[in-house]
Parts: sequence; C-alpha cells; structure tokens
Amino acid sequence: MTLKQVVNNVAEMPASKKAVVDIKKLSLTFQTADGPVYALSDVDLTIEEGDFVSFIGPSGCGKTTLLRVIADLEQATGGEISINGVTPHEAREKRAYGYVFQAPALLPWRSIERNVTLPLEIMEISKEERVKRAQEALKLVELNGFEKKFPWQLSGGMQQRASIARALSFDADLLLMDEPFGALDEIVRDHLNEQLLKLWARTNKTVAFVTHSIPEAVYLSSKIVVMSPRPGRIIDVIETDFPKDRTLDIRETPEFLEIAHRVREGLRAGHSNDE
Amino acid sequence: MTWTKLDKFCLVAAIAALLALIFPLAGVDGDTGKQVAFVGDIPGFAVAMALCVIAGSAFTWLGVGSVTAGMVILAIAVFGCWQAISVLYDYGVAGYAGPGFWLFIVSLWAFVWRGIDVIANFHSLDRTKQHLANFVVPVAFGVWLLFVWEVVVSGFGVPQVLLPPPSMIGERFVNSTDILAADFHQTFVKAVLSGYVMGCGSAFIVAIAVDRVPFLKRGLLPLGNMVSALPIIGVAPIMVMWFGFDWQSKAAVIVIMTFFPMLVNTVTGLNAAGKLEKDLMATYASGYWSTLFRLRLPAAMPFVFNALKINSTLALIGAIVAEFFGTPIVGMGFRISTEVGRMNIDMVWAEIALAALAGTAFYGAVAYIERKATSWHPSFRVRRH
Repeated sequence: MTLKQVVNNVAEMPASKKAVVDIKKLSLTFQTADGPVYALSDVDLTIEEGDFVSFIGPSGCGKTTLLRVIADLEQATGGEISINGVTPHEAREKRAYGYVFQAPALLPWRSIERNVTLPLEIMEISKEERVKRAQEALKLVELNGFEKKFPWQLSGGMQQRASIARALSFDADLLLMDEPFGALDEIVRDHLNEQLLKLWARTNKTVAFVTHSIPEAVYLSSKIVVMSPRPGRIIDVIETDFPKDRTLDIRETPEFLEIAHRVREGLRAGHSNDE
Repeated sequence: MTWTKLDKFCLVAAIAALLALIFPLAGVDGDTGKQVAFVGDIPGFAVAMALCVIAGSAFTWLGVGSVTAGMVILAIAVFGCWQAISVLYDYGVAGYAGPGFWLFIVSLWAFVWRGIDVIANFHSLDRTKQHLANFVVPVAFGVWLLFVWEVVVSGFGVPQVLLPPPSMIGERFVNSTDILAADFHQTFVKAVLSGYVMGCGSAFIVAIAVDRVPFLKRGLLPLGNMVSALPIIGVAPIMVMWFGFDWQSKAAVIVIMTFFPMLVNTVTGLNAAGKLEKDLMATYASGYWSTLFRLRLPAAMPFVFNALKINSTLALIGAIVAEFFGTPIVGMGFRISTEVGRMNIDMVWAEIALAALAGTAFYGAVAYIERKATSWHPSFRVRRH
C-alpha cells in the first residue's frame, strides 16, 4: 500500500454516500466586551454517512465550537449548515445525535442505569424498553454489572464509558464526541479507542470526534479535519484508508506515520500563519 | 516511670479526693453553730471518696489506655455522683457545701473528663460498637453538665428564682405533662407546623416562578430581602391584630420568618446545575419542566434542605415570641410569659426544656430526611463496593 492509496484528497473522492452534515461558508462570531471574537470563519465541510471524522487543532481553533454548532448548542452567525437535510435545531428536536462531552456529566443522584436511561425517559419510552436498551448500551461499553452503582463509585474511565453508553442508548445515527478521552491516561485511552472503533465498525454510525492528540485522530478516523485558530478555519482535510477493523498495531506502519506527519505539518502551517 | 507518662487527670482526681477527705465536708449551720455533716457519719460517701483515691492513684500509674478502663473510671464517677447527690439532699448539705465537697466534685470532674476522652477516641470498624460509642459520648457529657448544674445550684443554695436545679425542673416537667402537652399541641402542632409548611411551601413555589420570570428576579428578590429584615417583635402584634389570637397569627409570623431563607436558597439552588448538564439536557431536546424535574430540582435539593433546617429552628422561635403578644390561654410562649410573672421559674424552665426537645427533634427529623433524599451529595456519600 503506498501513501497515495491511503491518503486521498476530499475532492478526489466520489460523492456517492449520503451527507449527514453539510456545512457551507459557516462562520461564527462571538460579541464580547473586548470586541468580536471570530471563532469560526468560512468553514466548508461534508460528513458522509458512516464517516469517522476527527477535528484536530490547537486549543482555541474552534473545533469544539464547530461541534456545538452541529449540535445546535451554539448558533452560527453566517453561512449554511444542515444535518440530515434539516437545520441543526430541527435535528436536535428530532434527537438526531448523541453527544459525549469532555467530562462524563453523569447526574450524581441517578444510578448508572438510570443515567443511561435518562434520554429515553425524556423521550417517553416505556420502562421495560428503557431497561432493555440500557442493558444493551452498557454491554457495548463493557459496563454490564455496574447498573446499580452510582457515578462516584466508578473510576474516571468507567464514568466516561457510561456517558458514551448514555449517548448510544437512543440509537442516534450521529455521534458527536468532544474530547471524550482528554482527561484519561494513555492506557485507558488506548483501550477506549479500540472499543470505540469496534463500536463504529459494528454499528456503522457516523462519528464526529474532537481531539488534540494526533495519534488518536489518525488511528480512529476515516477523515481528519485539521483546523487552525484565530479565526477558526479548516486548513486540511485528510482521508485515510485503514480498514474499519484496524488494531493498535497500525500505529507502527509507515502509512500511519506518514499521515501523522501530514497532520503535524498542517498544524504547524496553521500556527505560522497566525504568528 | 517518668513524670510525663503519668496520667495527669487521674493524678488530679486522686489528690483532689484525698484532700476532700481532709477538708470539712460542709459549712456551719447558722442556727445551731455546728457543722452540718461529717464524712465519717456518711459511710456511702466515705466509700466513694476512698474509691476515688484508690482508683485515681492506680490509674495514674497504669494509665487509661482501653475503653474498659474508661468505663471503670466512668462507673466510679457515676457512683461518686450518686453519693454526692445523696449527701446534698439526705444529709442536709444543700446550701452548706464546704471545701471538702467541692474538692470531691473536682475529683469526679477529672474522672469524667478522662473517661469521656477515652471513649471519644474510640474507633472501631464494628458499626454497632462505633454507634454506641458515638452515642455514649454526648449523653455522658450532657448528664455530667446536668449534674454540675444540680450540685452547684444546691450546694451554694442559689435561690430558685434565679436558677432552679434540673431535678426540680424535671419534677415539674413530669408533674405537668398535661399542661405541657396542651401547650405543645397549640404552639408546635398547630402554629409551627402549619406556618412552616405554608412558609416553606409558598417560598418554594415563588422561587420557581422567580427563576422562570426574569422581572420577578429583579423586582421580588430585593423586596423579599426587605420583608425578611422586618423585626419580628414589630410584626407579631400586627399579625395578632390581623389574624386573631389563635394559632393563625403565629403561623403568619412564621410564614414571614421562613419565607425569605427558603426563597433565596431555592433560587440559588435552581442555578446550581452545571452548564454541562444543562447542555446535556438540551441535546435531548428536554423541555423546561422535564429539565426542571430531572436536573434542576434534584441539583437544588441540598440548598432547599439547608433552608428547611434553618427554618425548623426559626419557626419555633417565631411562634413562641409571637405568643407573647396575645394568645388564648394556652401555648408555650403564653406559659413562659405568664409563669415568669408568677415567679414559677421551674415551669418556665420546663417549657424551655420542651421547646429545646421539640426544636431538636424537628431539626433532627429534617436532617434525617435530607440524608435520605440527598444521599448522593458528597457530604453524605458512603463508599459501597
């Protein structure tokens, strides 16, 4: 396999699959007391069905903001964005995505099971169905047996897995993850990355994943979006061809190092523009 | 054995008991010109003193290391206390207590201090034992304080109008249970409970409204602040004029007193849920009421319970003070104000004891519910694996 086969530019890819997220000329400006802050400017991006898209860039480059715009937690001030063909607001009302935050954000007064069933409860799904789906979701993240525990009785990694189970419980096709493993140590992070990949391979969900770790981005993604700060913009989009059932071993291959190098170059270029 | 290794409390106890044997037990009776009593005439008291000397010297060398030793010391102290009370009342020392008697009390004090100290430092993984130890310490300390009160008041012959001994208050309490029960029913069951429920309940609902409607937050909160600053002494007579002599006017005073703490705490509590959790609810397209019941109210509960606890004591104070300004001829505040006028200070103290009991029980009940309702809160968490 040569690098050319592994790495392709977006433009060369055939647009056969359905676009889940379609962003055109998107910009977002925060008005603050110190004047406007250009968080995002001129962002163009298409996320197709079954994609695993990583957003990588230094802090303050707007990657989290972009994810929040997709989730309708933040409103764009310019450009167009559609999720499954509708506005982010409508998509949110339809519960089109599951969102995993940087912190687990589990409610301390609910057991793990009742935390996982929280979205189902809000969606007014019957009790038996809720419990059944929670069981399935907890099994996916290997947390079965911990249903009756409370969040503080679990380790940080287990809490984050519970929060992923919660995002999976209502089976949305789109998974938005904002640095979900940022606060975890290397070993736990590798393990959760593997589990996430298996999950993605099995369910064919579309994943948008924010990270600031280059190996994580390259290992997980089918598409890497490199961003740079002030104003937040996309400076490179790299597609990879690793099989969906890839293992941690691919991190030793030349292709992997080649892509990681390209990501690093992109990040460096973004920075030099800034200074 | 060096000086530092000696048990100083036991040493003090032994020396004080020894001196107590030497110094006169009681003063001189003004009428007869004779000493009221001698240690030698009172075998029980002499035994108690001798026991204190022996045990004090023994434990000075041995040290009080174990709980068993602490219990032995406390048992000796209990025996000594019983004998001291007996000397006061059965041998006429009350009002004439001399240096010998007081030195003996000092000896008992040293024993009790050391004994309680040992039990207070008791740590066990056995829950029953630990609970028992945790229970014994405050009870023993409380009983000791009552004993000191009793002995000081009787021994020095303090006039009852100034301070009656606890035994007299206890006797009065037991003999007037029907009056106390009627007062309790009037003040606590009728006025305090209804005022508390109305005050806390309405403040809770208003807090949710204030949180929902921005102009209420700006307009009502400062106004509520002003209402809470109203002096209760000034408001109580007006409430009596508005709502009559019966419990309704007292409940009204309690509503005014409890409203603001509840309002402020609940409003603060409703903002206690983190931004992340609110975003989480937003991603599920959770509506206002759904978010209120599933996220914001549970997160507010520690604040709400704080207010409930503060208000549990405020309510009782409010009711008693309000009864000073007019009431039917029943009620704790009424009884206190009239019995003071009739110099029946023991009855006043019995009412105070009743108020203390009721207030503590009320607070304890609220704190217990809090513990059950917010067991997830970091301050109550028990790590179970």
